[in-house]
Amino acid sequence: MTHPHHPRLARWLCTLILILGAGPVASADPLQPAGLESDEARTPAVLDSAAAPATLTLVPGEQDAAAADPHSLTPETLAVSEPAPVLDFAALVARLPEGSFRERAAIAVSIAETGDPRAVEVLGALLEGQLEVSRETPPRILIRTADTQVDALSGEVWSESVQTARVPVNSPLRGQLRALIARLNLSHPETRVRLDAVDRLMTSGSAAPLVDLLGARLLVEEDAAVREAIQVTLAMVDLQAGDAQQRLGAIAVLRGALAPEVRAAVTRVAEIDPDEQVRAAAGEALDSIQRRLQWYGFLENLFFGLSLGSVLLLAAVGLAITFGVMGVINMAHGELIMIGAYTTWLIQLALPQHLEYSVLIAIPAAFMVAGLVGIAIERGVIRFLYGRPLETLLATFGISLILQQAVRSLFSPLNRAVASPDWLSGSLQINPVLSITYGRLYILVFSLMVFVALLIVLKRTDLGLKVRAVSQNRAMARALGVRAGWVDALTFGLGAGIAGVAGVALSQLTNVGPNLGQSYIIDSFMVVVFGGVGNLWGTLVGAMGLGVLNKFMEPYLGAVLAKILVLIFIILFIQKRPRGLFPQKGRAAET
Amino acid sequence: MLARRLLLSDRGGMIVLALLLLMTILVPVLNLMVPPESPWHVSTYLVTLLGKFLTYALLALAVDLIWGYAGILSLGHGAFFALGGYAMGMYLMRQIGTRGVYGHPELPDFMVFLNWDSLPWYWWGFDMFWFAMLMVVLVPGLLALVFGWLAFRSRVTGVYFAIITQALTFALMLAFFRNEMGFGGNNGLTDFKDILGFSIQARETRVGLFVASAIALILGYLACRYIVTSRFGRVVVAIRDAENRVRFSGYRVESYKLWLFVFSAMLAGIAGALYVPQVGIINPGEFSPLSSIELVVWVATGGRGTLYGAVTGAFVVNYAKTWFTTAYPELWLFALGALFVLVTLLLPRGLVGLIRRRRREEDDS
Repeated sequence: MTHPHHPRLARWLCTLILILGAGPVASADPLQPAGLESDEARTPAVLDSAAAPATLTLVPGEQDAAAADPHSLTPETLAVSEPAPVLDFAALVARLPEGSFRERAAIAVSIAETGDPRAVEVLGALLEGQLEVSRETPPRILIRTADTQVDALSGEVWSESVQTARVPVNSPLRGQLRALIARLNLSHPETRVRLDAVDRLMTSGSAAPLVDLLGARLLVEEDAAVREAIQVTLAMVDLQAGDAQQRLGAIAVLRGALAPEVRAAVTRVAEIDPDEQVRAAAGEALDSIQRRLQWYGFLENLFFGLSLGSVLLLAAVGLAITFGVMGVINMAHGELIMIGAYTTWLIQLALPQHLEYSVLIAIPAAFMVAGLVGIAIERGVIRFLYGRPLETLLATFGISLILQQAVRSLFSPLNRAVASPDWLSGSLQINPVLSITYGRLYILVFSLMVFVALLIVLKRTDLGLKVRAVSQNRAMARALGVRAGWVDALTFGLGAGIAGVAGVALSQLTNVGPNLGQSYIIDSFMVVVFGGVGNLWGTLVGAMGLGVLNKFMEPYLGAVLAKILVLIFIILFIQKRPRGLFPQKGRAAET
Repeated sequence: MLARRLLLSDRGGMIVLALLLLMTILVPVLNLMVPPESPWHVSTYLVTLLGKFLTYALLALAVDLIWGYAGILSLGHGAFFALGGYAMGMYLMRQIGTRGVYGHPELPDFMVFLNWDSLPWYWWGFDMFWFAMLMVVLVPGLLALVFGWLAFRSRVTGVYFAIITQALTFALMLAFFRNEMGFGGNNGLTDFKDILGFSIQARETRVGLFVASAIALILGYLACRYIVTSRFGRVVVAIRDAENRVRFSGYRVESYKLWLFVFSAMLAGIAGALYVPQVGIINPGEFSPLSSIELVVWVATGGRGTLYGAVTGAFVVNYAKTWFTTAYPELWLFALGALFVLVTLLLPRGLVGLIRRRRREEDDS
């Protein structure tokens, strides 16, 4: 179950890196005249910018760090020299490697003005030092990525190595390129691109030179999210302003913003701002941000808890049928889940091109496979042991060992990874601190659907009626013409089939291995015992309750201790309510 | 009178006990007196293996006492076994002294590794043998007392009890896997040097441990036999067969079950304490639900409800396990699984029941 945490982890890491990266910026005033880093290209054109004093020296390997450093951006870098004559995109790009930095800047402006969709890409590559010119006649302009070279004009990939030279850039040019790209992106027709562009400006702290641009955009922008992002970005710049009133205004805007950069900036103001009023306002804003963070932290925990609960529900709801309704204790339930997961894996192997649908196909397939195995178990073993629950427990445990070893021998003891289709991966970013992974969301919804379907089967169908009749009074049901043996087999098959479906869901969350089922069997039994045997609603409440309880204890106690405490809690809970949360009503002294 | 009650009335038990006695005498003699070249020589490896089986048999006895006679199926008896083992292991760790890798006079290696500067309070006193032996019975006994009191008081029976005990051992396993618990975490306790001043690797010590295990098993058997033939034992059997009737007749069912459960847990603890010096390691794996459930199948295979059946079952299944895991390791789980199914389906009274039925058929004809 570690896999779905990765996006979270990655996000935290990013945050960490950003905070660390922003460190040196924090102590400096970005409006000071900029220093200049040595030009990594080391071309004669370095003379072009050598007039400015060099206060910062960076080794060539730290270009990326330099790119995020607002020191390299100064108002004067925005000054564009005379515009180049209007030409078409291809011709302009071809001219990029020639001439001085000043001329290159002029060409870059012209490229931006063509409005060509490739412009952002080419300028971005130039900015990152990834734009290269091949040493052939006529020279081609290539964009170097990690392992390939892509033709900047045609988009063709050049896998064979071509002798190239990097198109040189220097610090003022980089500032201009950033402004150009921001301008292009900010007026991009797609909301997503605009939002990303603003966010990038905000998180990299490089918005200060582009205030006018952002302000202009704010006047025409229609999308609310983008407007808000621009306001926050502008307020972040204002936070550094010399005027206390301006800083106060900025703090008022930043009150509700959740991005870690905002928090860091406001914290800094609350600590070191010379104006007492500003410090107080910042402290207050920080409190408000903290409160909202806590609230979203609570929501995130709740979601993770419900997500764990949905997994428990899927694993336990089949057990609620076999154990709760039939009174059969099936220790091989976990292995039926495992069979479902392996079915998913096999279907994915069989249909490698249809990754998008293979999970959907796997749902009925796993239901059938696990259901049939379940019916075989019931007919082969369990039916001889009705009325002897302890023996049933042992026999089914033996079956679970056999199934585990069979899978180990057939498929190898190694874990298999089942790929998730695109529509299951990714996450819904609600705000900078709360995101919900689609996989977990879908499984939550799916588990509820399975639950409702099962409820309908038991309450509204002929089979359900017979199942309930047999479980309540076997002899009377048989006297009324119900084929009890047949109903037993189908009920057990239903419970087993649902275990298989749970396996499909689990295969999306965790690796598939022979021990997959084992790790869920004790938890599933706990859910059923906690919720009350023979009551599906109890299983639902039990699963969600235990899932949420577990996740809320985890941050304080760690996963293992939380689990131990949940087990102890259940043992104690059984003292108070020996028949679970929702006991079956009845007057029998012995059951 | 007592001899008659404990021994003579139970023919199968007599035979098993006689075989045990014979083994207790013969194995040390054949190991120590007979030269290694002789075909009659019993290797030290075999002595240790048999010693291990003896502790398993004692554990099976403990399970049979509550499952066979009181109908309480515990799927967590491995926990009591492991707790007894840990108590012994802690004593053995303290005996290492300065011979550990880090040479710390007081702290075991793993604590030095974790940068602990003093012994946690629950390790105090384990350098004394008598204290450790007291803990071997007290810790499992207390856990059984608290757990059993909670469970039996609220009338948790049958399958529920089985699952709850399984959860108990699972929780303990997770807890002992934690390094912060101070029991060596994943690796458990190992690298023992000596016990009561004797080197734990020496042949004589191994034989001594074997004899100690055999004596413990024989005494344990007699104690169990004493209990099941007493009035207390008859009430317990009555509880197994009709709990509510016994309760309505005015017996306090809970206390009968509770004391039997506590005694059984103490037996399991002793078995664990004898097991650890022979195998030389104790780790959280002993708490795993699988090993607890496996020992239930020893009892089922031998035949529950007869004490000697449990002893037989422990020997037969473990011998089979040793053979399988060396000859066909991948087949062992198939065999064990099949054993679970076949015993419950075809041999509800176990091997002992099979032999008994055969004899009865012979008597009839």
